[in-house]
Amino acid sequence: MENYDLVIVGGGPAGLAAAISARKEGIQSILVLERDDRLGGILNQCIHNGFGLHTFNEELTGPEYAGRFITQLLDEKIEYRLNTMVMDISHDRVVTAMNSRDGMFQIQAKAVVLAMGCRERSRGALNIPGYRPAGIYTAGCAQRLVNMEGQMPGKKVVILGSGDIGLIMARRMTLEGAKVEVVAELMPYSGGLKRNIVQCLDDFGIPLKLSHTVVNIEGKKRVEAVTIAEVGPDRKPVPGTEERYECDTLLLSCGLLPENELSKACGVELSRVTNGPVVNDSLETSVPGVFACGNVLHVHDLVDFVSMEAKNAGHYAAAFIKNGEETGERIIDMVCDGKVRYTVPQMIRPDDMEETLTVRFRVANVYKNASIVVKAAGKELVRRKKQIMAPGEMEQVVLKKADLASADRVDIGIEEA
Amino acid sequence: MEERHLTCINCPMGCALTVTLDNGEVVSVTGNTCKRGEIYGRKEVTNPTRIVTSTVAVDGGKDAVVAVKTASDIPKGKMFDIVNALKGVRVKSPVHIGDVIVKDVCGTGVDIIATRED
Repeated sequence: MENYDLVIVGGGPAGLAAAISARKEGIQSILVLERDDRLGGILNQCIHNGFGLHTFNEELTGPEYAGRFITQLLDEKIEYRLNTMVMDISHDRVVTAMNSRDGMFQIQAKAVVLAMGCRERSRGALNIPGYRPAGIYTAGCAQRLVNMEGQMPGKKVVILGSGDIGLIMARRMTLEGAKVEVVAELMPYSGGLKRNIVQCLDDFGIPLKLSHTVVNIEGKKRVEAVTIAEVGPDRKPVPGTEERYECDTLLLSCGLLPENELSKACGVELSRVTNGPVVNDSLETSVPGVFACGNVLHVHDLVDFVSMEAKNAGHYAAAFIKNGEETGERIIDMVCDGKVRYTVPQMIRPDDMEETLTVRFRVANVYKNASIVVKAAGKELVRRKKQIMAPGEMEQVVLKKADLASADRVDIGIEEA
Repeated sequence: MEERHLTCINCPMGCALTVTLDNGEVVSVTGNTCKRGEIYGRKEVTNPTRIVTSTVAVDGGKDAVVAVKTASDIPKGKMFDIVNALKGVRVKSPVHIGDVIVKDVCGTGVDIIATRED
């Protein structure tokens, strides 16, 4: 069995930033395991720009953003293995992996960072009625076909879901000569960034139909038509509102799911809200020495925040390797009011946390002129008014250790005017 | 007087902006909640620009295509011309981030540069 201080599962933006950060904290023995044939993860196919405004103060494309981190990783001479699939992580941090060169191998790690990312919600998970012909793709699959394999998935396109990848692909396929007929969104608001709605749909006259869903797919070999209908407040189709679009392609951009099969097998406790691990203020999961960051922890909308979170995970993993397991610490919960759907971290160790802690969260609905309110031990710690908050945009608050000394829980919620 | 209606892109508010023009000169921007909306409204009606990102065919590389972009923003109206101008372009591997793929694309004075290693 091989030995490494730190094994990082996944070489995308989260894994890269975690590895670089741990190296800067003095950890020499680091191994990044990546299942693809290159580092950078999904950023390699995200060729549009808009990445890195927070990190580099400029707008980069996905591969350029990844490239900056890959260069740092190479400069730091951090070891990595490509085309390598991790099969198992045990409770005592034995990582079992395989590739075609080395076969199966096992590594005893002092700490593990989970950075596996997420995957797209597929048709099977959406229960769309109709035939099952060719021509139905997730938006990310179409993105890979167009941007890496140079293949257009179709010529006349209907898109279900207004997630950012779907919006980006509406523009990309339009520029490449396809006709995007319509984007249908089940919810009364879009899950995508405003900028993408304007620059990917409005710029090209592509209609966005909110509160609409797909009710039928026609075509036995290839998609021939898609019917969409309006949905009521119960999100069920309203009879009589059906509209039929002749098309050869249906793209699905209906949300992302953290990829946690390995975490589950390792015994890591998962959140039913985020579908990612439950973590404490050091991004440590319920399994000691196993940390999580990036989209495997909770789905982010900006890669800059993935990098920041992963940097912290690398920092905390390094501390764990140097200091070992901390025992006997007091743990308090972050309690959400429902309007705040979840927080990361979900738990705080008030005695062991660092001086400040960034708590990231999402809200359950669109709230205008409402306030983020955080309370602990009968004291209001944060009250911040926001013109608007939406489920598609991650929010954050910063908590101070000094404020939590006598707290037995932290309450976070939204107060509407 | 001409009125143009836009959605501000700076934040999730998505303010509905009305920009009033007189002979191409911006007279007023209304509907915005903050200063950023006014700046966006003025620019978007007088000189809308975009970064164009696309791909060109690459021979001998890992992938069939390599990712490219305009090195700076170009007039919005030239987006289709630029993507079409890239249709016949083929490059040979190795390609590095920042390599110039097409000089002065479509007379914009802006180069097309590679954004992915291949």
